[in-house]
Amino acid sequence: MEFVTILLQTGLGTLLDVAPIVAILFLFQAAVLRRPAPNPGRIALGFVFVLLGLTLFLVGLQEALFPIGETMAVQLTSAALEGAESAVVRWDDYLVVYAFAAAIGFATTVAEPSLIAVSLKAEDVSGGSIAANGLRFAVALGVAVGVALGCLRIVTGTPLPWYIIAAYAVVIVQTFRSGRNIIPLAYDSGGVTTSTVTVPVLAALGLGLAASVPGRSPLIDGFGLIAFASVFPIMSVLAYAMAVSAIARLRGSKTE
Amino acid sequence: MRRYRLGTTLTALWRRLADALRDLAPIILVIAFFQVAVIRQPFPDLAGVALGLVCVVLGLALFVQGLELGLFPLGEAIARAFAHKGSAAALLAFAFCLGFGTTVAEPALIAVGDKAAEVAAEAGAIAGSEEARNTYAFRLRMVVAFSVGLAIVLGVLRILMGWPLHYLIIGGYVLVTLMTLFAPDEIIGVAYDSGGVTTSTITVPLVTALGVGLASSIKGRDPMLDGFGLIAFASLTPMIFVLAYGMVP
Repeated sequence: MEFVTILLQTGLGTLLDVAPIVAILFLFQAAVLRRPAPNPGRIALGFVFVLLGLTLFLVGLQEALFPIGETMAVQLTSAALEGAESAVVRWDDYLVVYAFAAAIGFATTVAEPSLIAVSLKAEDVSGGSIAANGLRFAVALGVAVGVALGCLRIVTGTPLPWYIIAAYAVVIVQTFRSGRNIIPLAYDSGGVTTSTVTVPVLAALGLGLAASVPGRSPLIDGFGLIAFASVFPIMSVLAYAMAVSAIARLRGSKTE
Repeated sequence: MRRYRLGTTLTALWRRLADALRDLAPIILVIAFFQVAVIRQPFPDLAGVALGLVCVVLGLALFVQGLELGLFPLGEAIARAFAHKGSAAALLAFAFCLGFGTTVAEPALIAVGDKAAEVAAEAGAIAGSEEARNTYAFRLRMVVAFSVGLAIVLGVLRILMGWPLHYLIIGGYVLVTLMTLFAPDEIIGVAYDSGGVTTSTITVPLVTALGVGLASSIKGRDPMLDGFGLIAFASLTPMIFVLAYGMVP
């Protein structure tokens, strides 16, 4: 019974989230475009699926995954702390935390619905030359590296801007060495990775870590993991594209 | 005819279920591994977790099927209709409303706003009273929502004019870097994170379909080259505006 209440509550919440979008769409459709969308029945069914799907997805996450993820983040950070008895924080006392951060960053990104949406569209638009799963793998790898580095930053207490600005510099260099076609998609993949699944887990991880490392404040140092998870996928997607074209070039030169 | 179509939807849904299961496998593996190998404590509430996972798999499958049926076609139909109508002003107004409207009520943004108000109060930038914090969080949310509206406008304008994306984005990075030098320390983490939290699960597919639809219906634009990039703007402008918000006394 309790489960049904949660389901209904989340459903209502999702409906309220979607309401402004539907209102804007209707307003412009009726007042400006004055042309009915093709196949309104199918689109309505699609919206019902999206609402229902998102509701179930969120309820499942809240009931099953988030509590575990948060408990694990707290347990792991405090377990790492027990190993480090001295007052001096050593970065290598937290290796387990970095490993967990990378693994959970990768795993949550693979399940991220907005990334699935963008990668399906990219495969469609590119006529299959960009594989949806390859793209998602590249993005997830970027998030994994980014989040692990983000945790290292929290432990060492080094300033966030150094890392992010250095990452920008790498992205800029990569941009001028990559094929034009991949650049917009790579920039987009930075924004789509951090959404429904990843943000709450990363927030819990960052706060748990900042609270347990001596000398760090969860308020000031807990921020920043999302920023890492948004910049590093840009790098990894550009690298993925460079690797794919390099392999294609190698194959091409072999057959000649 | 109708029955046949329902049948194909059901088959597709079945396939989506298998995909969803595969997508969630890594999370299950990671949690199981760290639970067994590192934490070594009995798993809490296994039945609840199993029920939750069933919900997640079912939800993800329905969502992806709904994307293909509803959100993608709608986004593209709207883009085509605007391109056909040829009124740039109406399109840009729509772009702003879509960006602002979808961001202002975003739960992740509300959470970050409240957290940011706490940080600001701790750092002494604002008074510690609840009223002061609420005002700060509300203004921050408005700033971010406005910046996302502006981002979609800028992104659509770019598609219309055919400007190359990377100069605009790199310009944005340079601006963020410069502003970081002058912004107060406590706002930097919030600002950097705000770029990532603004793009919700329903906004992303709709905005992507809009961009790709526009680029494929305007002559001389390439959907791959010009259609993507709207999300990139939506994750960059909030950083710039939140940094600016922190610099204003």
